[in-house]
Order: sequence, then C-alpha cells, then structure tokens
Amino acid sequence: MMTAMFGAVESGVIYAIMALGVYISFRVLDFPDLTVDGSFVTGGAVASIMITTGYDPFISTFAALFAGFLAGCLTGILHTKGGINPLLSGILMMIALYSINLRIMGKPNVPLLAEETVMTKIDTWFPSTWGILVFMLVLTLVIKFVTDLFLKTEVGLSLRAVGDNEGMIRSFSANAGWMKVLGLGLSNALVAFSGALIAQYNGFSDVGMGIGMIVIGLASVIIGEAVIGDSKIARATLAVVVGAVLYRIIVTLALRIEFLDTGDMKLITAIIVIIALIMPKVIDKQKAASRKKKRLAQLNADGGGPVA
Amino acid sequence: MLELTQIFKVFYEGTPDEKIALNKLNLSMKQGDFVTVIGSNGAGKSTLMNVISGKLVPDMGTVMIDGANMTSLAEHKRAVKIGRVFQDPMAGTAPTMTIEENLALAYNRTKKRTLSFGVTKKRRDFYREKLEMLHLGLEDRLQAKVGLLSGGERQALSLLMATFTDPKILLLDEHTAALDPSRAELITNLTKEIVAKLGLTTLMVTHNMQQALDLGNRLIMMDKGQIIFSADGDAKSDLTVEKLLAEFQKIKGGSGLSDRSLLS
Repeated sequence: MMTAMFGAVESGVIYAIMALGVYISFRVLDFPDLTVDGSFVTGGAVASIMITTGYDPFISTFAALFAGFLAGCLTGILHTKGGINPLLSGILMMIALYSINLRIMGKPNVPLLAEETVMTKIDTWFPSTWGILVFMLVLTLVIKFVTDLFLKTEVGLSLRAVGDNEGMIRSFSANAGWMKVLGLGLSNALVAFSGALIAQYNGFSDVGMGIGMIVIGLASVIIGEAVIGDSKIARATLAVVVGAVLYRIIVTLALRIEFLDTGDMKLITAIIVIIALIMPKVIDKQKAASRKKKRLAQLNADGGGPVA
Repeated sequence: MLELTQIFKVFYEGTPDEKIALNKLNLSMKQGDFVTVIGSNGAGKSTLMNVISGKLVPDMGTVMIDGANMTSLAEHKRAVKIGRVFQDPMAGTAPTMTIEENLALAYNRTKKRTLSFGVTKKRRDFYREKLEMLHLGLEDRLQAKVGLLSGGERQALSLLMATFTDPKILLLDEHTAALDPSRAELITNLTKEIVAKLGLTTLMVTHNMQQALDLGNRLIMMDKGQIIFSADGDAKSDLTVEKLLAEFQKIKGGSGLSDRSLLS
C-alpha cells in the first residue's frame, strides 16, 4: 500500500507539469485544447527515440519540450489563421499527431529500461528512495514559479487578457491571434516535457500513453481549484500541482477496490471529473438552501419587514 | 488628424437584406476636434466607428489617421493610435484581472510588450496617480478584480484606460448609454474633463441629444450612411434640442415620429 502511494505521489508530481500546461490553455486562454492527448506522446516519443539513439537524456527531454511547443503552435495557427473552431483544431492536431508519433517512434512501443534516462541519472546522483521524488518536486515547483512570474509580465498579462476579454485586448493593440499561438505553444511544451519524463519514469514510451490525458489534466485543475482555490495566479498554479498529485492518489485508492482493475482507469477518471464538476454546485445549492431556511426562521421570529 | 474620404460600406450585398451602411461618407477632423455624432438606429454610426477602429474594412474609400493611410491596417495595429470606449461597460476591461493589471494592459497600447513586469512599484505609483483623476477611490483598490466593480466604475476605468496613453484619436461609442442617469452624468463630466485636459481628438456617438449639444465643438447628424447635418463652433453653441429636431424633420421631410422618439 505504502509503495503504491509513494509511486502515486511521485508520478503525480511529474503529471503536475502536464496539468500546468492544461491550466494555461484551459483556464488562462479559455481554449479547450485537445492537442494534449497527442503532444504528451510526442514528448515521450521524441525523448525515447533520442535516448535510444544515444543522446543525453536531459538534451532529449528538452528536445521533447520544443516538439510540444511546435505542436501547440500548429493548433493555434489552425485556429487563428485557418479560422477553425478551438475544439476542432485540437482534435485535428491530436489525430495528426497520432500518426506523427508513430513515425517518430517507428513502432508502437519503445522500451527504455536498458537505457540511461533522467531517472537513472538522478538515481546515481542521489542514491535514495526519495531522490526522484525530491528532484521532480523541485523541478515542478520551479516550473510553477516561472509560470507565475511569466503571467505577470507584459506578455503574460496580455495572454491572460486574451482569455478574459479578447475584444478589449485587441483595442489595446495586442495581436490576440499570435498570443493564442504562443499560449498554446507554451502549454503543449509543458505537456510534452511531462510526457518525456513520464516515459523515462515508466521505462517505455507507448503510442497510446496519451489517451485521455486532457481529461486527467482537467481533473487535476478542477480538483486543485476545489481544494486550494484560485483567487490569485500563484494560488491557482499551486492548486493545479496539488490537484495532479491528489488525482493520482484517488486513482490509486480506487484501484485498491477488488472489483476494479487497471482497465477501468479511464472510467474512474471520467467519474472523478464528473464528481469534481458537480459537487461544488451541489454544495453551493445546499448552502443557499440552508441560508434561506435560516432567513425564513428569522422572518417568522421578528414578524417580517413593513408591508407597503 | 482624421480624414475619411468616400467611405462606402454595404452589408449582405446582392441579397434582399442588402443594406448600405455608409454611403460615400466624407469626414475630416482637425487636431483637438471633439465631434459628437447623432442619428437614429441604422444611420451608420456604429459602422463609422468600426471602419475607423479597423474592426471593419470599407468596401471603398480611405481612412487616414495622423497622415498615414490605415484603410486596411489590422485592428490591433491601428489601436496604437486609437483609444476606444465601448457601450457595454463589460467590454473595455478584463474582469478576472485586477485594476492595476488592467491599467498595465492599457499602458502597453503604444509600446511593444516585453517580458518585464506589467506592474512594478514605479508603475503602480503612476497608475495610482492616474486613478485619482476619477475621484472614485479606485486608487485604494489597485488589487481588486475589475469584475467586482460596478458598471459605472468599470466604465470610468475604461475611459481612463483608453485615454491615459494619449491616443491620436479617441472613439466613444455611446459609452454612457448603459448607465443610470447619475452615473452617466459622472462619465460625461469625466469625459469632458479628460478630453479638455489632454486635448484629445475625439469622436463620440450618442443617442442623447442634450449630451451631443453639451460636449464637443462640432456636431454631426447621420442618416442612411451619410452626414446630413453638421454644425461647428458658434453654430453648434446656438443649437438646442428643439432646433435639432426641427432640422431633422426638415431634412427627413417630416416623416418620422418614430425617429423623433428615438432621438430624444
């Protein structure tokens, strides 16, 4: 049980980088970007192929980041220059990436177990059970912090404004189209980076490893916001990181149930997202109802206001 | 400063709904001119604004701003020279961002956006000083989200954001129409104050004839995509709502009770 939990937290911290990417497209840009399912694999594919051909694992992982950036930019260009609706641009890119990922890998599955990866390097530097967790936690927090800072720069502010009020930011001379392209590029860069690390963590990259990734990202964002809140940028990004770890823990716990097996993962994910989306509304409704009840009792007690 | 020549814009061309929004319209504004535009619905006022701001490209004619031909320049590129306030108080600000962040967005209208912070200590003092001009106490709420402000406050902020970077042209599109009378008066007074202080070249569309008479040094009346009446300087100061309505009746041939009710 403890090992399973430890693994859940470890991989949750790596998936948090992907969730931060989803936060940028879904929340900051208000763009439901399905490219994620494809670009996550692209990251894994680029990194694993480069590693197996002998490149340094760190260089390979950064190359994956750039590949993701390109994929995201293409989705943005499909939408802004091609005038294709956001959802459809993402879907088109996702399906195109499936073939591209197969081309990159040359086969549906590339094993990395015998290779030197970022994870094996960390193990040799910090030979402790906590090595990978601490290293990844620091890396994720650095990315979170840089994202916070970026969203406060002049470019970052206009990126947020594009998601908030596009007509307004145009009237202040920002090129909303290129801003979206940039935002989607950055978002998918993080997603692919996370995909590259997950491939090395799991010891293989697989063409199907991205299926449902967008939903996992959304689950992380929504769970985090429900638990931590999103009143400020720094808080919202922290919520995403915490949400990603919580999601992994919930899934691990769910899989402990005898009846469920690993094939039910996607179903569990969907149910978690549905609960996370509906619960806050139900709670709000109940709160409002109890307030109303209280007020009614008060009204009956003091005789009510003047009648006109 | 602003030179519109033979502007022609038609919508739904070749269909039964064909509508000529602007019909070979000419308008010339000098530096510091404050022109108020009135006219009934469908007269082409909004289309005129959109052609100037770049949201629409005219089918014919040229738009010159500050000596440069901007007829088909993209909206965001022209925005470097144009400040705009919209009718909807929600349209001119970003609701989930704070007051200071909104001002930072507006501050960058004339400058290239870089990776330096939008809100620094020095800039914050500058924003605070500008906000004091509104006399709404917003300078003490720099970190409040704009979505929490009332419609009047948001419109005042929009006005400030559109003007504090000295636009070559200021476009006001019925910017007091969605506010209650006292808030509308506040925004009208602020507009008068800011435009006078900065000497902005301003074009204001309004449905309120009194407002059109009170503000500005020139008044134009539009109908069917053309300017049908224009009064500057002294001629404008002598105008009253009654005289304007009479003028409108004369030009329109006394056809419009509905137009009268729309205008007053």
